[in-house]
Amino acid sequence: MVERQTFASRFVPHFVLIIGVCIVAFPVYLALLASTYDAASVQTGNMTLLPGGQMLENYSRIIFSGTSSSTREPVGTMLLNSLVMALCVSLGKISISLISAYAIVFFRFPFRMTAFWLIFITLMLPVEVRIYPTYKIVADLKLLDTYAGLTIPLIASATATLLFRQFFMTVPGELVEASKIDGAGPFKFFKDTLLPLSVTTIAALFVIQFIYGWNQYLWPLLITTRDNMQTVVIGIKKMITTQDALTEWQLAMATAVLALLPPVVVVVVMQKLFVKGLVETEK
Amino acid sequence: MDRRVMFGGKLLPYTLLLPQFAIVVVFFYLPAGQAVWQSFLLQDAFGISTEFVWFENYRELFANPEYYRTMGTTAVFSVLVAFLSLACGLLLAVMADKQIKGAAIYKTMLIWPYAVAPAVAGVLWLFMFQPSLGMLAKVLRGWGVDWNPLLNGTHAMVLVVLAATWKQISYNFLFFLAGLAAIPKSVIEAAAIDGARPMRRFWTIIFPLLSPTAFFLLVVNIVYVFFDTFGIIDSVTGGGPAGNTVTMVFKVYYDGKLGSDLGGSAAQSVVLMVIVIALTAIQFRFVERKVQY
Repeated sequence: MVERQTFASRFVPHFVLIIGVCIVAFPVYLALLASTYDAASVQTGNMTLLPGGQMLENYSRIIFSGTSSSTREPVGTMLLNSLVMALCVSLGKISISLISAYAIVFFRFPFRMTAFWLIFITLMLPVEVRIYPTYKIVADLKLLDTYAGLTIPLIASATATLLFRQFFMTVPGELVEASKIDGAGPFKFFKDTLLPLSVTTIAALFVIQFIYGWNQYLWPLLITTRDNMQTVVIGIKKMITTQDALTEWQLAMATAVLALLPPVVVVVVMQKLFVKGLVETEK
Repeated sequence: MDRRVMFGGKLLPYTLLLPQFAIVVVFFYLPAGQAVWQSFLLQDAFGISTEFVWFENYRELFANPEYYRTMGTTAVFSVLVAFLSLACGLLLAVMADKQIKGAAIYKTMLIWPYAVAPAVAGVLWLFMFQPSLGMLAKVLRGWGVDWNPLLNGTHAMVLVVLAATWKQISYNFLFFLAGLAAIPKSVIEAAAIDGARPMRRFWTIIFPLLSPTAFFLLVVNIVYVFFDTFGIIDSVTGGGPAGNTVTMVFKVYYDGKLGSDLGGSAAQSVVLMVIVIALTAIQFRFVERKVQY
């Protein structure tokens, strides 16, 4: 910048950003703290801003045996359910969108644009506007309390198909021509040329969809009735009872930390892919 | 899209489309159609007979003061969350866009809340402001505020707004940062040479150039508040106290869950569908305009 840096112009940004970072981090820090205290200290609000000594006890208890009052399911099982759900949703979405976008961009066939629009319109039908009819269909198919019922209704997504379509359209036609001359059919072109080109797009989409799958709330709330099918996001809500005396807050906070850790780690470790995925799926 | 070299094949493209189509038809079109159909039906109390009643459910819905209250709550909630999270996101982005040391670290430290599930975010904020044991609730009491979100509707609203804003700041921050990076530095330098002070440069140059980003984010934030905050409300207040934090999506869930009013719940779903379609249309019109720039 052409201007001389003054004392204020140099320190104000740091000051604002540090306050921002602290406010953003504080709720999680407090949860982390509470998960290291015993029940009595948390219940009476006698926590300090330094960790207590019960961390290992709280976490091992919650992971392997669960809370004693509300939901008795060990959080270990819930974490596993969440992981299965996040992986099935993200990988499922990627595979079906990849091949449908391939068909729409690289093949000439009747009703191609109709197919595109039929997928596109589903953008306007989020789960929330069709919850009970969808629930009924899943119930009729006997898919309640199964991983299939939990994930399949969520894996159709116009966003992923649109993203792949957009990317495929930037692939030069000469590549298709070259493969054709080499005698490659549609399968070989897809496997040897298109997939290797799409790796970054797939990875970026995976990061976004993993978070989306892990964080689902309304759908698993409806579809799971058995405690051992609960995801961790549902489990934690059930630990917060309305009668406060029954809420084991130190365990609930340990669960909250466990519930937010996997997606947060994914975002921080794969930050570049995350940003790419976020910006591109919103276009 | 049509000039490129393509593959032929009679059956193959349809086979490739089949998985997505099967899911879309079974889990999107069928239930959405049923929601529309159901909104024209009236079921008796025992669920034995149903009657086609035309727009009776809608008439009842729009004659119900409760529904207008829900709309009002949703509007207040949306406006507050959108305004607060856009303002905070913009402030932080402007600061992080300056050439300062550690900008990358600040960025990492500010974007992670995006990954926290809404329901979990709600629980974190509830813990801080829980009237009997929350650390910040104690501070508020020390200041003489009779803080109790479990009994006071306004306090409950403040709490869900804070939790929803907290989660959304990172998203807005990221998009504003990208928007700022796209503004050519030469334009800003030219203004600086002309003697415009930083505040003036921000309001006369940077802010107008960011307005497409801001408008896009406004629409995205409204969609977020409408649909993704269900988890926050369910975990923090459960719609209470006395229905003070019931949003439109929460009401669809709640009315249908009791099973008593499937027709009314379906009519509400259709109203929501119309709102999503309108928002999506606005978003796409805007995207088109941006492309022409």
